[in-house]
Amino acid sequence: MNTELSRRSFLKASGALVVSFSAASLIEPLAFAPFARAQGPFATHASHIDPTKLDSWIAVASDGTVTAYTGKCDFGQGIYTVQTQLVAEELCVALDTVKLIQCDTSITPDQGTTSGSQSTPTNFNNANLAQAAATAREALIAIAAQKLAIPADQLTVADGVITAKNGSKVTYRELIGGKHFDLTLNPTAKRRSHSKWTVLGQPTPSLDTVALMTGTFEFVHNVHVPGMVHGRVVRPPESGATVESVDEKSARHIPGLIQVVVRKNFVGVVAEKQWQAAQAAKDLKVTWRPGPTLPAKRDFYNYIRKQPSRQVLLVDSKDIDAKLNSATHVLKATYSHPYQAHGSIGSSCAVADVHPDHATIWSPTQSVYPTRHSISVLTGLPLDSVRVIFVRGSGCYGLNAADTVTSDGAILSQAVHRPVRVQLTRQDEFISENYGAACVIDQRAGIDASGSIIAWDCETWSVSLGGRPGYDKPGNVLTGMLAGLEAETITPREAVEPKGELNNGSNAVPSYVAGCIGGKCGGAGSIRSERVLVHAVKSPFFTGPLRSPLRLQNTFAHECFMDEICAHVTADPVAFRLQHLSNPRVIDAVKTAAKAANWEPRPSPKPANSRTGPATGRGIACVAYEGDNGYAALIAEVEVDEATGRVQPKRFVIGHDCGAISNPEGLRNQIEGGILQGMSRALGEEITWDDRKVTSIDWQTYNTLPLGIEVPAIEITLLDRPEAEAIGAGETAITLVAAALSNAIFDATGARLREVPFTQERVKAALAGPVAAQRS
Amino acid sequence: MPALSLKVNGEVHPVDVDLQTPLLEVLSDELHLRGPKFGCGLAQCGACTVILRGKAVRSCVMPISAVKQDEVTTLEGLGTPEKPHPIQQAFIDEQAAQCGFCLSGVILTAKTLLDENPKASDDQIRQSLSNVLCRCFAHVRMMRAIKRYQANRA
Repeated sequence: MNTELSRRSFLKASGALVVSFSAASLIEPLAFAPFARAQGPFATHASHIDPTKLDSWIAVASDGTVTAYTGKCDFGQGIYTVQTQLVAEELCVALDTVKLIQCDTSITPDQGTTSGSQSTPTNFNNANLAQAAATAREALIAIAAQKLAIPADQLTVADGVITAKNGSKVTYRELIGGKHFDLTLNPTAKRRSHSKWTVLGQPTPSLDTVALMTGTFEFVHNVHVPGMVHGRVVRPPESGATVESVDEKSARHIPGLIQVVVRKNFVGVVAEKQWQAAQAAKDLKVTWRPGPTLPAKRDFYNYIRKQPSRQVLLVDSKDIDAKLNSATHVLKATYSHPYQAHGSIGSSCAVADVHPDHATIWSPTQSVYPTRHSISVLTGLPLDSVRVIFVRGSGCYGLNAADTVTSDGAILSQAVHRPVRVQLTRQDEFISENYGAACVIDQRAGIDASGSIIAWDCETWSVSLGGRPGYDKPGNVLTGMLAGLEAETITPREAVEPKGELNNGSNAVPSYVAGCIGGKCGGAGSIRSERVLVHAVKSPFFTGPLRSPLRLQNTFAHECFMDEICAHVTADPVAFRLQHLSNPRVIDAVKTAAKAANWEPRPSPKPANSRTGPATGRGIACVAYEGDNGYAALIAEVEVDEATGRVQPKRFVIGHDCGAISNPEGLRNQIEGGILQGMSRALGEEITWDDRKVTSIDWQTYNTLPLGIEVPAIEITLLDRPEAEAIGAGETAITLVAAALSNAIFDATGARLREVPFTQERVKAALAGPVAAQRS
Repeated sequence: MPALSLKVNGEVHPVDVDLQTPLLEVLSDELHLRGPKFGCGLAQCGACTVILRGKAVRSCVMPISAVKQDEVTTLEGLGTPEKPHPIQQAFIDEQAAQCGFCLSGVILTAKTLLDENPKASDDQIRQSLSNVLCRCFAHVRMMRAIKRYQANRA
């Protein structure tokens, strides 16, 4: 098959269905879009857009405006604005002359998933979008030099105009407007020096703000396609339940009903109007076969310890038992963290238009290319015949129900031969999403006579089922599984000897150990006797990345335990951390936060606090996020009402280092949101269930902090490192909040919270119980 | 189905839907308005908020029949991108959003409170927002924007 021709005609055909806002923005780029230039070999997953070609990333239109294509998309984290800044900066044009096209499998490069605080490291250093923009600038200058017959080093460029000392000028439009570059990315193309930056690095208002505030921004929920009808899903009422029978007659009285759609255990309805679909979904009688009984929630952390596990030994100095035996004191403590929901404010929605020979999908997914694969499998259409267009949903914070609702849409649209918009209900969303994983973490540390830590042993158990579908597992989210596809699960395996470089991508390794494998030490600390063993066990519920996945849970355990050690040896938590850290950027963050907070050096708990009335305290936590993708230290100040167990955070102070900063204003917004979201997760958020089903299914049964809370002060010190690589910033701050709060509560009251969330009942129980970590 | 006319943001629209249809669905699906959004469908979050009879109401649970002849104002009814309403301008100035999905609840709830009680205390503002959710937690900037609007309109 001539893929180029079929792609052209496909795009032409599907172009007519492009929603109003996208039509305008896509028409011109399509005229010279990179898809027409398909030629291999391709580095990414069967994309027809070659990421090594400049035309795949940058185009100068016939009016001189710049269009850039990116595979990293914006859900509210600000990456649209900063990528536009990046392109404007490198091409020396005004911000408002750059149009960014994000995440559309027909016209943007395959950059996988927008996740894991990876967009900035991927696109802002010396590869991908940044390298493309730098290549384009250098190419334009080279062409101008030839045209003007003046050496390139005597040319300057500003606002898309290249000027020579003699006054002769040429514009980008004149040089290349409407034409291809026909170049490959130049790996030695020089990024503009940060000292010359005028757009990048500047506090820049988010480009979507005006549209958002005036209600004109188009979310996926607002997509309208001609002939579109409405779908709703009927999820199993209990976890793991399967369809025995569906009484299609039971919904026939609903006017406007088009079809009841059943595919194995997937059940949905389609009707002309949304209200009709909702009524049909409500009235449809489905007989479900019950699934297996769920493990008891109250004993869940013990349950997961006993399951067969896939073990990974991240680091093992092999002397841990001997060192612990020789220690003056050994401290032990166990920490636990529940399943939590992404709980996006907008229940997920997608629009799918599946034809016999092609499909167009408007989806809030973080992963357009992997989603294309899922839709291809579910519909039986070839990959090349599926186009997935990203349209923003509400903030997702990871794998919410965006991917699953996209599959819902494709199944329903294929069944009714019409474009279908699927809106999940709030309950659907809560039972359809891939929760942030529950885990339990055991810590042991040996302390010598001088009060220094000489050995640190950590063993963790976390749960897993499904996850991101990626390019090969559509069953990793609920809809795929209901339709009969397999979810990725845990294959038990014994640990093997760690090899290669330290992998601390999940922050399972505490910051205070040296992290040595084969003589090479990649940790952030100095403790040489170390062991970290992690177990993954099969989860009864779907799991997936939730903002700072496992990094938050692990950091909670490490940073609380460090605090418990500090208290045991009556050391100041800042000084004692510094004593065991070796990574200069973590050290810097700790010192910065301590200085900004006016930290008073002393051990915890605070001596003067009694156990009656409100008590105040402070706590610190720090992290090298994923080992090398963000450095921060956070200090929390809290007030604890010891009569009620209520915790009121009063102030957060953070020292934050994400390398070169692209947009300090957007960065502050991310840090503020991360801290408060972390506070909500630490103080209240928890998925609950009974023996058959999840019971946290709306905003009355799943706790979140509303807007009307007393908002603590947030003070941010940004450690800008313009010469350093740009690294992630979306998840670093939230990683620290639970630990900093637990440590502050301990400082205020002497009570240690080792289980998230710190509900009033748990705080009161801790206040009544033993305070110190177990000593042996 | 009975035809009825619905006055929204200064314009009258004939609509032809089941009278039990939630107002939100008519605004989104029939009139293609983008301001009010489906958050929970349970009146628990505020994303669907509109102004009706001077009050911020949750359009996801209000049947269209309950609107009667009264005018509905949505977020896009306050101002335009070219000429935002002062409270929208305050939110723009403070960059008071991340994903922005919740803004109808935040802006319209604060506006109706301050229209009714321009001197509302911080406690009263917080009270009015006690059932409004923002899951990106842009709380710091949102409170600042509301205070800025309050100060400017005084």
